[in-house]
Amino acid sequence: MYELKNVTKSYATSRRTVKALDDVTLTIPRGQMVAIQGPTGGGKSTLLQMLGALERPSTGSVSLGDNDLSTMPDSRLGGIRAKEIGFVFQGFNLIPTLTAQENVETALEPLGLTSAERRSRAATALASVGLADRGAHRPSELSGGQQQRVAIARALVKEPEVLLADEPTGSLDEATRDDIMDLLETSWRDRGLTLIIVTHDSAVAKRAQRRLHIKQGKVTEK
Amino acid sequence: MFGTYLMRELTNRKKHTAIIAIGMALAIALVIIVNGVAAGVRDAQSSVLASVYGVGTDITVSQTPVAPTGDGAGQRPSFDFGAADGQTTDGSTSLSQSRLAVDRDTTTFDSTTLETVLAVDNVSAGTATLSLSNTSFNGQIPDITQTQEGTAAAGPTDGGAPRGGGPDGGGGSSFDVDSFTVEGIDVAGVAVGPLTSATLTDGRTFESTDSAASVVVVDSAYATTAGVAVGDTLAIGGTDFEVIGLVTSGTSDAATASNTYIPLGVAQAVSGLDGQVSSIYVQASSSEAITQVQSDIETALPDATVQTQADLASSVSGSLSTASTLVAGLGTWLSILVLAAAFLIAVLFTISGVTRRTREFGTLKAIGWSNRRIVGQVAGESVVQGAIGGAVGVAVGLIGLLAVNLAAPTLSAGTTADAASAAGFGGRGGGGGPAAATQVAATTDIVLQAPVTVPIILIAVGLALLGGIIAGVFGGWRAARLRPAEALRSIS
Ligand SMILES: Nc1ncnc2c1ncn2[C@@H]1O[C@H](COP(=O)(O)OP(=O)(O)OP(=O)(O)O)[C@@H](O)[C@H]1O
Ligand SMILES: [Mg+2]
Repeated sequence: MYELKNVTKSYATSRRTVKALDDVTLTIPRGQMVAIQGPTGGGKSTLLQMLGALERPSTGSVSLGDNDLSTMPDSRLGGIRAKEIGFVFQGFNLIPTLTAQENVETALEPLGLTSAERRSRAATALASVGLADRGAHRPSELSGGQQQRVAIARALVKEPEVLLADEPTGSLDEATRDDIMDLLETSWRDRGLTLIIVTHDSAVAKRAQRRLHIKQGKVTEK
Repeated sequence: MFGTYLMRELTNRKKHTAIIAIGMALAIALVIIVNGVAAGVRDAQSSVLASVYGVGTDITVSQTPVAPTGDGAGQRPSFDFGAADGQTTDGSTSLSQSRLAVDRDTTTFDSTTLETVLAVDNVSAGTATLSLSNTSFNGQIPDITQTQEGTAAAGPTDGGAPRGGGPDGGGGSSFDVDSFTVEGIDVAGVAVGPLTSATLTDGRTFESTDSAASVVVVDSAYATTAGVAVGDTLAIGGTDFEVIGLVTSGTSDAATASNTYIPLGVAQAVSGLDGQVSSIYVQASSSEAITQVQSDIETALPDATVQTQADLASSVSGSLSTASTLVAGLGTWLSILVLAAAFLIAVLFTISGVTRRTREFGTLKAIGWSNRRIVGQVAGESVVQGAIGGAVGVAVGLIGLLAVNLAAPTLSAGTTADAASAAGFGGRGGGGGPAAATQVAATTDIVLQAPVTVPIILIAVGLALLGGIIAGVFGGWRAARLRPAEALRSIS
């Protein structure tokens, strides 16, 4: 479960200070599927950074379960990300020189598993997204939808509590978008994930249990 | 994962890897070639020096030449013939005299100086020598009384000259002035000094029982000129010496320091220079000790000129000396410059590579990779790139040295009289007759052979790895500063 209390995130630029998040208080129960919408520059990605332990808030507190993400040192935030949080990005963010199988294995690297264990868990994860036969392919040899499947396998292979997705279908055509959304929804249901999706796309947002709207750093329920 | 990721990066970013590795390889090859050639030139120089000054000599001690005073050593030999000298037969008088003296610009000093030198710390061996020149006069002049009485056999045509004979040939005379160098050396078989670089071609060398004997070892080139062989006698300073052995100098030219060698004590007695020597050859216990030994001797003997091999090297001229200057100057600077350029290229390309991979490293941090893990990955990549460059560089460098050795360029080394005496060495220059002059101005042709040494290869590989590490430190520092949130940066 996420609990955000009076979270503010400001960025100081040379001209002025931007409040990307402005006094956000929010609770997201475990296992909920949430869509976050809003205009560009509204603060969607910034909110996702707070939830994903990528950045600490300027003021206020963010906690995931028993862990206070707003006060932890970088190294412990890295540990939380390695174990509890999976990410899916709009640009897939696969390592271009590694094969699909190796890309999935990178998520297991910080967990200190044996290489045999890593290999078998990554192969299982790849199979679960329907790419059992694409393990040896490099990202450039896969379609956009297939690349996003590899990215989802990479996010899920560590069996995280939370899956955070920033515009996961933003670079895909409609048919592929629906495939990916089906995959995410199935995974959410089967694994009891907390799934939080940032999207511009109302068709995507409609699938969520709860829809948040964020504009000029202020979050409202829809 | 580390190894897989590293391999994938290097093989999939071939251009990046190649640029860093080629830069490093060029620099490493240059370092190896320059060092190999430099070592070859050094070897050539020390073999020239050894052939001139004797094997194992680290330091020489001589007396600073002073302007000759009225008497004693340093005077040009002169001949005095009394009325009763010579033998008169068939109306002409045969005169023959030979004198043994030090060269004009050599100063002798007391032989007890050797004990002072041997008492210095880290001196492992030393020997004193006395460098002399033997000048002999052989001639016939017509009998003066006969010429005055009437024109006889070989007399001058005008017959009216009051005196006949003389260098202008006016009196049917014939002269022969011959000069050769004589080195008085310790016969006890010391490890340094003259004769240590020579090889015996006939007869025997000195034994310690020869110390008071009138025996001579002759340079084989001079023996041919003078027409003497083992068992013959050779007149030195009016004394007959038995030729016991012939030697050749280490190199093809007559660069041995002397035409003849006789026991030091005998040389001192015959030349009338009892207890005098002209040079001391010193061997230090190690090459590191040379500087200390030199300065200690200078302190103990304030009037002496103390020279090391490095000082002696300056007396070597010719293309060997040019090569040495070129390698030491241009070669070293070029290597440093290319090495610096290679390091800079490696650093800049590594940093730009990390910048290009901002989203990649951000993503890895976002999924939980530690900073240290990512820095290690970046550093590992550049160290391996450096190592590849190093390996290629060593191969290219070895091929380069092989080419140098196959081409085997010949360098000529001159040890001129001026240079030798400027180095304060032996004092063989200038004085004496033509034999001495040609000997000292000898040139030696030496084929350059660039040796391949393991330490140089290790240093070269070390430099390549160092370049990789430096690039890795910069690249890693750049990667460590990346925020994991970079992963979320919009893609366009
Ligand atoms: N690192 C940063 N430095 C300065 N300003 C930033 C930084 N990150 C975000 N901002 C600012 O914070 C505000 C919110 O940005 P954010 O990326 O959260 O918007 P977004 O809702 O994700 O927009 P988009 O739909 O375009 O992705 C914007 O005004 C942005 O310029
Ligand atoms: Mg955004």
